Parts: sequence; C-alpha cells; structure tokens
Amino acid sequence: MAFDKMELQKIEVWDGNRAAAQALRQSQVDVVAAYPITPSTPIVEGYAKFLADGYIEGEFVMVESEHAAMSGCIGAAAAGGRVATATSSQGYALMVETLYQASGMRLPIVLNVVNRALAAPLNVNGDHSDMYLGRDSGWIQLDAYCPQDAYDLNFIAFKVSEDHDVRLPCMVHQDGFITSHTAQGVHTLTDDEAYGFVGEYQPMNDMLDFEHPVTHGVQTEEDWHFEHKARQHNDLMTKVMPKIQTAFDDFEKLSGRKYNIVESYDMSDADVCVVCMGTSVETAREVATEMRAKGIKAGVVGLRVIRPFPFFEIAEALKGVKAIAALDRSSPNGAAGMLFNELAGALFNTGTKALLSGYVYGLGGRDLTKAHLVSLFTELQKNVDAGKVTTPLQQFIGVRGPKLSFL
Amino acid sequence: MSENKNIKNLKEFSTSADRFEGANLLCPGCAHSIIVREVLNATNDDLILSASTGCLEVCTAVYPYTSWDASWIHIGFENGSTAVAGAESMYKALKTKGRLKQPDRNPKFVSFAGDGASYDIGFQWISGCMERGHNIMHVVLDNEVYANTGGQRSSSTPIGSSATTSPEGRRSYGEKKNKKDMVSIMASHNIPYSAQVAPNKWKDMVKKIQHGFSVDGPVFINAVSPCTTEWKFDPKDTMHLADLATDSLVFPLYEIIDGHELNITYRPKTVVPVEEYLAAQGRFKHLFKDEYKHLIKEWQERVDAKWAQLNRREEARV
Repeated sequence: MAFDKMELQKIEVWDGNRAAAQALRQSQVDVVAAYPITPSTPIVEGYAKFLADGYIEGEFVMVESEHAAMSGCIGAAAAGGRVATATSSQGYALMVETLYQASGMRLPIVLNVVNRALAAPLNVNGDHSDMYLGRDSGWIQLDAYCPQDAYDLNFIAFKVSEDHDVRLPCMVHQDGFITSHTAQGVHTLTDDEAYGFVGEYQPMNDMLDFEHPVTHGVQTEEDWHFEHKARQHNDLMTKVMPKIQTAFDDFEKLSGRKYNIVESYDMSDADVCVVCMGTSVETAREVATEMRAKGIKAGVVGLRVIRPFPFFEIAEALKGVKAIAALDRSSPNGAAGMLFNELAGALFNTGTKALLSGYVYGLGGRDLTKAHLVSLFTELQKNVDAGKVTTPLQQFIGVRGPKLSFL
Repeated sequence: MSENKNIKNLKEFSTSADRFEGANLLCPGCAHSIIVREVLNATNDDLILSASTGCLEVCTAVYPYTSWDASWIHIGFENGSTAVAGAESMYKALKTKGRLKQPDRNPKFVSFAGDGASYDIGFQWISGCMERGHNIMHVVLDNEVYANTGGQRSSSTPIGSSATTSPEGRRSYGEKKNKKDMVSIMASHNIPYSAQVAPNKWKDMVKKIQHGFSVDGPVFINAVSPCTTEWKFDPKDTMHLADLATDSLVFPLYEIIDGHELNITYRPKTVVPVEEYLAAQGRFKHLFKDEYKHLIKEWQERVDAKWAQLNRREEARV
C-alpha cells in the first residue's frame, strides 16, 4: 500500500459531512468526480484532502458541473472500480438526467445527498425536495438521521450497490446543516475493519478488461426498453431489500450498531404515530416519550430505506396503530405528500383501520420544534377519540400567515 | 509502448480488420463510419470509446447488437467526452493502485460526437475535459446539422444552408449565422493538439490521429462528415463531396500544436471555387436564385479570408 492508514479515536467528533468523507476514505474509493455545492461540499473536499495528504490513492476529478460529475462517475464506474460523489439541491437537480442513466446502466455508484431545498426561491437549508426529486430514478435511497448514520450507511451503500446481484447505484441522504454541519460523537471503525466490511471492488463488465470488450449504454426502443425497465424495477423490489438486511446484520456483528429497514420506536403498543425521515425522527422520538408521560401512547416510524419503498415492513410496523401522521418535508406542489401516498398504498388492502393524515413541514430549513410535535400527537389522539380524521387531510406545520390546509 | 497501425494504401485499408463492424444502421454513403474506421485503424492499442447521442450512437449499439469490438460507452447527448474522461480517470487510479487486469497495455481513450453534441449541447463538457488535461481524444463528426433528429441547425451549420429550423423560403435564404470556429476555441485551451481532418485525405487523417495518440493530454479533432441525407447529394458521391470540401478550402486541413503552432497540412494543387462545393448540395440550391447570388460571392470571400488568416498564422507561428 502506498498510502497511510489513519489512526482514529474510538469516538470522533464529526459532523455528517466529515463522517461521510471518512467513510469514502476507508472504503478506498478509486474515483470521485465532483462539483461543489452547499451543504455537501466538505464531503468531496475531504476526499481531496485525504488524497493530498496521502491517506488514500485514487483520482479526484473536479469537473465543471454536477451533470459532468455524475457523467464522470458513470464513465469511471463502467471502467470498473469504486466510485462515489456528493451533491445537494440544485446540483442534484442538474444531475437528474444522469441519475436515470447511471441506474439504467446498472452501475454501482455511491452518491451522498446532503438534502437541501430546491429553488425558487433560492435556499441553502435542509429539506427533502431534492431527495423526493430522485425517488423514481432507479437508485437505492438510504436515509441517515445523524452523523453516525451518515458514516455507517456509506459502508452499507457500497456493500449493497456493488453486489453483483444488485448492480444499482445508491444514495445516502442526510439533512443539510442539521446533520451535515452539526458535530456529534461518531463511533468509528478502524481502517482495516471498514475496508474489510466493504471488501475489494469486484469488477463486472468492466471496460478496462481489454480482453473482453463491452458495450455500455445501448439503444432500446419498444422492442426491448420495457424489459430492461421492468427487470430493473423487479430487482429493486425483490433483490435489494434482502441484501440490505444482510448488510445490516453483518454490520451489526462488526460494529454492534443495529440498523433496520424501518426504524420503529415504541410502536409495540402505540395508538398514534408519526412517520418521518431524517433528523425529524430523533426529535419525534423524544416527543413521543414525553407524550407517553402525558398518557398518549405515541410511537415513531422512521424510514431507513426510502427506495425501494419498504411496503411490507412499514405495513407491519403500523399494523396495530390507530392514527398515523405522514410528515413530508417537501412541497407536494399539487398533490398529497409522497410519504402520505406511499403509506396509503402500503396500508390499503391490509386489515388496518388506522386514520392517516398528512403534514408538510420544515421547508427551506424551517425548524420542526418539539412544541409542533406535541400538538401533532395531540391532534392524532383526538382523531383516535373521534374515530375519524378531525382535521384537514393535509396541513402545514409552522408556516406564517393564514392557516393553510387542504383536502 | 504504443503501437501505430501502418496501412500503406487504400486496398490494404479496405481489407484491414478493424474494431468497428460494417454491420451498422448508418445511411448508405454516410461518412461517419469511414471516419470512425480511419481513427480506429490508426492504432493497434486497446481502445476505450464513447459516442454521444446521435447518428453514430443510435446506429451502432441497438440492443441486443453492437458494432463495436472495443469497449464502448454511451450515456447521453452532452456527456460522451466526460464518459471517456471518467474511464480514463479510473484507468489512472487502477494503474496507481496496481489493480489493472492487463497492466502492460496502452489504451487510447476516444469520444465521438456530432457537431450538435460538440459545438452546442456538449460544449461545456468538452471544454471541461480539455481544460482538465485528460488523456483523451474528442473527435467531432461534423456534418453541420442535427442529422439524427431530422436536420435542425446547429452552431456548426454554415450561413445560407437550409435546415429545418432555419429553412429557406420566400423571405429567407436559410441559416443566417456563420459556423462556429470550434478548432480555434479548443486550441485556445492550450491543449497539445487540435486538428481538422477529412475522410478523403485519409493519410493526413491517420497521421494526425497517430500524432494525437502520441501526445500527453487532450486532443481535439474536427472531421468533416458529408451527410448524404441532410446535405442532399447522391450517396455514391460522399468522397466527391469531401474532395470538394477540402479542395475548395471550405474545410481547410490544418493542425494546431500546443495551442499556437499552426501547420497547414494540405494545399490543393487546384483550388476549386466555393460555388462548385455549394452547387453539389441540395441544402444550398436556393442560393443559386438571382436574389441570393451575392451570398455565393460572400462565401468565396469568407473562405479566401480564412485561408489567408491560416497562412498568416502558419507563417507567424502564433
């Protein structure tokens, strides 16, 4: 090895960006093609600095746009090696064309998405608009709630994405600023443990195998396009979840940290619950505990895997509950929220009689406070007591001006 | 060591095995396949190729078939150059890390794209690749029009040409803008080598491609590709059109080394009037109406001026 290992403390004080950058280093990523954008920039800056300091070997290609960043990642992945990058918001939006190309070409790439609002109006703070924009792009999407998750889930992402039965790119989401720029204690793996977990990259259909030329990115029309898309969807729906579960199990053996496809908190006897993503999961858990002291049996379900959507796991987690709030941190712009719709789809045709209502919150970095969640849980309990949804189906949390609610 | 392929004459060329199969869907008389064969036949080294969305791409990799006997990638319309740059970066990374399966090879990285994918939508990506110094060659198959989508004007479409989005009509002579000077723009990135080539002058082309493969850093090649469908000439006349293009000096053949040293590589013994070049193509037919004849004169003056400028640059070495 022509690069130095790094001695880490058992617990390092890292923000989410630093944690992700360290995971890229420990995974010994071969090529990072990247373009800077707030708040994800420190991830790729981190890789560049590790390279400059001799803590990793590889190529850092600082391109001229996010579209080019993902284009370069696609070329590098097709060539046959470990590839990762990071982006946010407008950069993610510019990347969208290539996101579909990366997944359709069945190339393992890890993309750290530090979630941020989409303009207009321009906004640098965290919400899930970018994450939602990519939800049909054919990528696996994992969600981190804190810097520790952002670190661990990168290893999971490489492991699953590069599996030869999967061969699909994977995003690791974390909330802009609240996770990406907030330092917390992060339990580390040693360099050997981390690399041992993700393993040496195993190439497949690699362009750089000169004895076996390959053609990547073909044309298909009505005769074959559907078969390709259907097969990709089938693999997402049937192959990915078991691989994620295996990776979670293996990771728990290595680190002692247990991840679940759906993260249930106090759900075994819950009457009311919130389903949400990102940093809101931790806030909701704290409030749920406090609600129990007030006599409301509250629970929280966090999505760990956003795509493929865990239909069965989430229906199972919600089967005994009486009222559910779906929290969407993205403006649905003319529909119910994504999470509301997915939950409705997962629960329909099951035996549940649960009442489902939707909330839109936190756009452009607006805080979701404990007080907001207290009144939300209280509303859910009112629904339970009344035996029906007593509020409009879709409400905004914490927006100024006249109360906005729909449906 | 890199290995040039030495083909002595056209007969040998026609029978030489190459890595681009004749089984493709390009139009009869299309110059693209001729240019691609000439580029690929310049080397015996391994090739990593890309094509941007366009005629070449849609006609050579229709699942479950491929015309490519070398690794090839297509992502989208604008990013073929960056696709190959990404592969080249991975090559460098794996070479450093000692993980190449065949470490003794000298692969060449080449992206092919039309003028639309190079002059217009892919311009930024190519500029980025040139600026960053990737060891790649970008070859423009310049037919001066969006041929794959049915003949819309690009910024390579020359003045007076009738394209579907700049059609000639009772009140218009067609395209109003002059062709973008892409070779100069790319040379201004101070890349080690940029050149204009034509399929009819295949020895000149092969020499330039081989030079391009020998330098360290990005190479830009602009290849004139007469388009039977959009230029509107008989498919059997492709090479005749290429001859008219080079011999009228509408497509002068030259190279620029390190961004400044310009060499004219072909001087026609007899310079053909531009009028003959225009008259051979349906896309310029309307220019021969009385009211547009001044445009033909202006065409000739522009070509003469550009030729004089190239000669001055060659002489001045700037």
